[in-house]
Formats: sequence, C-alpha cells, structure tokens
Amino acid sequence: MTDAATEQKLDITLTVNGVRRTASAPARRLLSDFLRHDLGLTGTHVGCEHGVCGACTVLLDGEPARACLVFAVTAQAHEITTVEGIGNDPANLSPVQQAFAECHALQCGFCTPGFVTTITAYLDENPRPTPEEAREAISGNLCRCTGYQNIVKAVVRASEIVREREEETR
Amino acid sequence: MKPAPFVHHAPRTLEEAVAVLGDVGHDGKVLAGGQSLIPLLSMRLASPAHLVDVNGVAGLDTVEVADTHVRVGALVRHAGLERHEGAAAALPLLRQAVRNVAHPAIRTRGTTVGSIAHADPSGEMPAVTVLTDGVVEAAGPRGRREIAAADFFTGPLETTLAEDELVVAVRFGRLPAGTRTGFVESARRSGDYALAGVALAVGLDGEVVTSARASFVSVTPVPDVLDLGPALAGRSARDLPLDDVVELVRSHVDPESDIHAPADYRRMLAAELTRRVLTTTTTPTEGAA
Repeated sequence: MTDAATEQKLDITLTVNGVRRTASAPARRLLSDFLRHDLGLTGTHVGCEHGVCGACTVLLDGEPARACLVFAVTAQAHEITTVEGIGNDPANLSPVQQAFAECHALQCGFCTPGFVTTITAYLDENPRPTPEEAREAISGNLCRCTGYQNIVKAVVRASEIVREREEETR
Repeated sequence: MKPAPFVHHAPRTLEEAVAVLGDVGHDGKVLAGGQSLIPLLSMRLASPAHLVDVNGVAGLDTVEVADTHVRVGALVRHAGLERHEGAAAALPLLRQAVRNVAHPAIRTRGTTVGSIAHADPSGEMPAVTVLTDGVVEAAGPRGRREIAAADFFTGPLETTLAEDELVVAVRFGRLPAGTRTGFVESARRSGDYALAGVALAVGLDGEVVTSARASFVSVTPVPDVLDLGPALAGRSARDLPLDDVVELVRSHVDPESDIHAPADYRRMLAAELTRRVLTTTTTPTEGAA
C-alpha cells in the first residue's frame, strides 16, 4: 500500500456545470468528495459512500451516476452536472425542483439532490411517466422521511411542468 | 469509507494497459466501471497498490453482432448493452438479463465485462455467460487467449484469469433459431442483489420442447448450467412436468444462508422462479429468439 503521507497528488480538471475547474487531489479522491471538498460544490450530498443510497447522484454526460463510485481522476473525461447546475436560484427553480416544492416531496432534504438529478435525467428519457414508472425510476434512491408517495407525485408533476413551460414559450 | 492510497495508471491503448498490468498486476487491479470495485476499496476489503484505469483505452467500447455470437467489449456499459437494438435482436437474453442489473445509475457506469470478470455469484451476466456458452477473451504479457465460460469461473469472486491479464471482451453465443429465453429474479427491493434468479433457454419445435437449459443467480457458488432436457425434451409446452423441473432445480442449487434469506428459502425461490419463467417463456407470445 502507498503511504498516505507521501502519496502522489494529481492536477484534476473537471467540467462541472459547464465550467472547467482544476484542483490538486490524490488519485483516490472520489468524485463526490472532489466536488464537495476541492471545488466547494456542496449541493451533492454524501450518504452511504458505497453506491446504495443515491444521495450523491450526479449526471455524467447527462446520464445519472453515483459520484461516490467514480474517481475524480476518471471523471475528467465527462461533462458533469450537479444539482447546482440543474437549478441554483430559489426564484428560478428547475421543473423537478418546482415539483418537489409543490408536492412537498422532501422533508429533511438530505436525499433531495440525488432525486433531482436522477429524475431530471429520467424525464429526458421518458417525458410522460405513469405513477408506476415513476416509482421504478426512483427505486435506486433512498429517502428515510417521506415514504416516497409525494416523490412519486413530484415525478409526474415535474413532467407536467416541463410541458407547461414549453407551452408558455411557444 | 475512503479507499486506501494507490498509484493511478491511465493507459490509452491496449498495449499500454497490458504492459502496465505486467509490471504491477501482482499488486494491482483493473478499474473499468468500478461499481463493484470502488465499494470494495472504500470498505477497505481490498487495497491494491496500483489501479490500472482502462476507461481511456481506445477500441474497447463496441458491441459487435456476428452470425454465431454477440461480442461485448470491456468498456461497454450495462446501459449501452441494454439499449443496443442489434444485440437485443440477436440474443434477447442479453437485454432480458441486463435490465435486472442494479439500478439505472449503476448501469450507466458498470460494465458487463467487468461484472463477469468480478465473478460475483449474485451477478446476472455471469449466469448469461455460461448459459450462452460464452467465451472470455483475455490479453496479457504472454499474449492473447480465449477461455470458455465453463473454464472461467472457479469460485465466488474467483476466475482462471491471471493477475496480469485483462479481459478484452466476452463473446456470448447466439442460440439456435426457435430458442426462447427468459430471465427472472427476486430481490427484497428493486435493484438489490437478487435472493435468487434464473436464466432460461428453451428450444421449441412448434409446441414440442427440444431442449431446455438454465443457469442461476445467487444460489450456486459459481454460475453453471443445469440441463433440463432430460425432464422436458419431447414434451408438449402445454403439458410440462413442472414438478419434475422443480425437483431438478432444488437438487442442483446450493444456496447459503445470510441475513437476507435462509438457504431453504432461496432454494424454494429458485425452483419457483424457474417454474414461472418456464411457463411464460413457452407461451406463444413471449421471449421468441
């Protein structure tokens, strides 16, 4: 095993939310920790750290992935979107964020960033989910507060908000 | 819950990857999707001094459909295989099985070949590899070699792959025309490791069964094939001796008890899942190859 005190540090450059950013970190730095510790993007939450809870889900090239199961050094090849990149302004929420607010789909909010990223990517793939499909879509994310009912409603509601906003801009 | 320090290697070509594995393979691991490896590193169940990150290696990310097989490269993600229409048309079992692998957010990163090299008895794709008489293509310092699926898996998380070898691709054998396939598994929560699962391939001539083979998830120490032909060949799909099949499965599987389910329950579940998938697979509308 390499000694932690002398381990090599790498200059890691990531494209996060459209901005290229560089920081120095050891090769073992997980993407979740790189985003939070090295780049200060604390919207991505870290729960179980072994891929079960889904709280740290970010988008790699638009597809959901566990940030705790990717090394930052590997993620350099991808465009990363965090919850801050989906919406970072309370006055200008993304459709999924607005749906969460309307449907009361969060209580403590710890799991919410992972749900928002997961559902945002899912609606790109399936713009009109049924409640059953919505339930399946969020099956990889754990929430210990809500009992999921309102999150399922929020998935369906978010798909409506997307369409409402498209109507408005038409 | 952080991995121990390691030296990161990022080869850009297969030759570079083989060369660096030759140097450090004795104390290194190959990193592809990392969806099984990184949790093991974070929990410090493994602490290799070197990781050979093959994500940047060119030419490993293709799915090729040939007359006799579907060849899946080492960097094809589960999600990529799931979406691949040509692979699904040539060998429907691939999509039937791969959609059961964990959750979508895992399938976007995890590689099909990596899960085979990992050789977890609860993996779906190792079971598909043996059922399709798959071939593992490996590259190492002594050159390239091919390993038949039956000779590849030797124990839970153990294979005949040498520590300095890299799996380049896996070829899944296409099944004869008229073969129908099915895959079903059961887990406490959607996307969890299955308590039990079964992959099935049934040959049909009209309504008459000509062959039937099954492989299992989470209930055998290594994925292997159970030939159901002795019980089913020559029988009408409308009148299958399902109780005989159940007995064959019960005596074939060898599950272990853990906190999720006792061995007896897993054995019962494997038999019942086989009964169900056999019934749905042999009804006229589903699983046609």
